[in-house]
Amino acid sequence: MSAPAPARPTTSGAAPLPASFARTLRFELVKLIAQWRIRVILLCCLLAPGVFVAATGQQTSLPADTVFGRWMALSGWAGPLVVLAFAGVWALPLLTSLVAGDVFAIEDRLGTWRHLVVTVRSPRRIFAAKALASLIVVLTLMIAIALSATLGGLLGVGSHPLVGLDGHMFGAGDVAGRVLLAWLVVVLPTLAYAAIGLLGSVTMGRSPIGLLLPALLALLVQVVQMLPLPAVVRLALPSNTFLAWRGLFTSPAQTGPIVVGLVVSLAWVVLATALAYRLFVRRDFTDLTNDGSARRIAVGGLLPLAALTAVSVAAVAVLTPVTGSGITRATLQDSLSTSFSRLYVLQTAQLHRPAVTEAAMQTASTCTKGGLAATSTTSTTSAADAADPTQTGPGNDWRCIVSWHTPGTTFVGQATFQLDVTPDGRYVADGDGPKEVNGSFPIHTAQGDAPNPLWQFDGLVDLLAPHR
Amino acid sequence: MQDRAIRARGITKSFGEVVALDGVDLDIPTGTVHGLVGPNGAGKTTLLGMLLGLSSPDRGELEILGCPVRQDLAVPDGVAGFVDGPGLYPALTARKNLRAVAALRGYPAWSVEDALGRVGLSDVADDAVRGFSLGMRQRLGLAAALLGDPRLLVLDEPSNGLDPAGKRQVHGTIADLAAQGTAVILSSHRMDDVGALCSEVTLLATGRVVFSGPLSKLAAESGDLDYRLLTSDPTHARSVASAAEEIALLDGATDDDAFVVRGAVPAMDRLGAELVRAGIALRELAPVTPPLEAAFLALTGDTPSETPSETPSDEDAR
Ligand SMILES: Nc1ncnc2c1ncn2[C@@H]1O[C@H](COP(=O)(O)OP(=O)(O)OP(=O)(O)O)[C@@H](O)[C@H]1O
Ligand SMILES: [Mg+2]
Repeated sequence: MSAPAPARPTTSGAAPLPASFARTLRFELVKLIAQWRIRVILLCCLLAPGVFVAATGQQTSLPADTVFGRWMALSGWAGPLVVLAFAGVWALPLLTSLVAGDVFAIEDRLGTWRHLVVTVRSPRRIFAAKALASLIVVLTLMIAIALSATLGGLLGVGSHPLVGLDGHMFGAGDVAGRVLLAWLVVVLPTLAYAAIGLLGSVTMGRSPIGLLLPALLALLVQVVQMLPLPAVVRLALPSNTFLAWRGLFTSPAQTGPIVVGLVVSLAWVVLATALAYRLFVRRDFTDLTNDGSARRIAVGGLLPLAALTAVSVAAVAVLTPVTGSGITRATLQDSLSTSFSRLYVLQTAQLHRPAVTEAAMQTASTCTKGGLAATSTTSTTSAADAADPTQTGPGNDWRCIVSWHTPGTTFVGQATFQLDVTPDGRYVADGDGPKEVNGSFPIHTAQGDAPNPLWQFDGLVDLLAPHR
Repeated sequence: MQDRAIRARGITKSFGEVVALDGVDLDIPTGTVHGLVGPNGAGKTTLLGMLLGLSSPDRGELEILGCPVRQDLAVPDGVAGFVDGPGLYPALTARKNLRAVAALRGYPAWSVEDALGRVGLSDVADDAVRGFSLGMRQRLGLAAALLGDPRLLVLDEPSNGLDPAGKRQVHGTIADLAAQGTAVILSSHRMDDVGALCSEVTLLATGRVVFSGPLSKLAAESGDLDYRLLTSDPTHARSVASAAEEIALLDGATDDDAFVVRGAVPAMDRLGAELVRAGIALRELAPVTPPLEAAFLALTGDTPSETPSETPSDEDAR
């Protein structure tokens, strides 16, 4: 041959080297970023949360259904947490669907597998590069959402202390760290969805079901979360981690569900990625008709994941003290007493009344479920009551009487709260009198008018709290 | 440098029940353009994919550029090309598509501009491939294959979708490469393309080689051809033809004064001479079906989708 061939990297007959991993990864990123869809999503992630948080902070009607929603006008740190609560339900699974759920399937749609395989010469590297590229893009989108929501909150409302889910007031610096930690906690469950996206993308090829797998799973999980499942099942699902971060906003933090959630999410990430990898490297790249089959996705994907769920349930049951719904009368009463005392101290300070302390109040609560008349004088529950199966579990029919001592007097104050407890352990306490304690009235504070902290507040029962 | 780019012996490849390649032998010297033809499903793409390393033979020996190939993705450097259409990313520009290949395979950056120029796409190098016509994609696919200065170029239906000018350019590029010593193997459904480009051709039918050799030999395989004759005196000419030895007059309805006869080349030579002797002027004498196409049809059976038992065996080809 006459033409000079300086381009040829190896000599004639040498075994071919696969393309370097760094270059393969770079190419995968270039391909992802070149897609309009990804660019539009990134733009939305950068703008939408910030605008939402900043705008909501100026409103009078706040999304109180979501945790921290009622604080959005008072602290800029509530915004990123409300966005996190929203995102965990839909946005993050959907993002992973659109990124990881498509990263393999797109080559099927474009018919570029043969080209890619021949050029890179290593299906393993292609898999690793695609997985890492989608991980990078998913993380970038998450960071964009978190940054946008935080900036929206800080610029729109400002960095102010935030009341936690047990009435504890977290200082601005403390809460900043916890917000960051909360977003870090949901990285792993988001990656679990991403791994399922990879699996769907590998198994289903051109079929759109692969793309939708994480979104479908998110939908399924939403339905499951609404069912009155035992806490052990709830905690063993990766979606639980999208709720568990709330435990960072109590004092002391409820770390049990977070640890369980992280371990479960990690197991999902590892298993789903390993399954996707196995299916991918066994694939026949000369076959153009890779449309996936119901059987393949069932045997190669869903069955092992169902098995993992079963193992997780068993592990949580054995390794943690969880029983039943995880919500008992005792845990609820404890949680309410703590929240009430702390918020009462806050209210007293806001109203410039003589200072009280939590300890001096000796607050106690008595809760009953299902319209039973609360026996107002007993502040402790008898063993018989605790065992009563009707006096346990979630529901919007909990009614509690809180009593406390006013320091320096013999007067015992009493207030009634209506509690709506959801199966995930979160509750909303709604003041039901007397009006002077937990009625709806504004309080003038340094940051403007704030609602009475005891009127309505959020609480969180630790599903993994040791039972008495 | 070895003088044989490809040496294949008894290559067999099955996909489940389907035998895509069945004992294929193939020899391709460097510096030649080799055509691979055959009906749909004959195994052309499977064979070309194997040469690119996409799959490896179930049985048989395959040697590419002097290296024995026994595994997937183990073909030596210096092999390039595409099967079943070029692999291109529509969201990227032409240049970025090529740059990606160059980066992944470690080719220098200048090779991208060089390849774009060779296929005539320099002007649209910064346009997204999304808007490219089929012909432009084929040319870009060829450019991608040229990046590493290959010594074996494998092209699956490279002239698909090309307009006459594009085809001429692609053919020119391929011929230049062959002149520089690159071996080219290409498949095509168009016998005229094969005739224009290739010196040798292999004809596959349901996974078997039914012919392999120079084009001139393939034309001879066509057997008796049908010829259309247009003369100055149709009636007289017809009677001369019907009386001629080893010539069959076909009833085939022709719209004008022409008629169709069937015969081998020597018999046709004699008929021509007789017509002239009888004072009849020959205005047109042409095969109804071009010889290469006729040979293709004769060797593979008239309809491409025939059952294996009806396709000619190797003996028929000889
Ligand atoms: N990966 C695969 N899995 C199963 N069957 C396959 C696979 N690849 C090819 N085949 C089968 O092998 C046979 C040969 O296919 P191939 O694509 O090589 O034919 P071809 O000559 O390129 O046809 P065409 O002219 O239509 O492009 C066909 O019957 C095809 O269905
Ligand atoms: Mg083909």
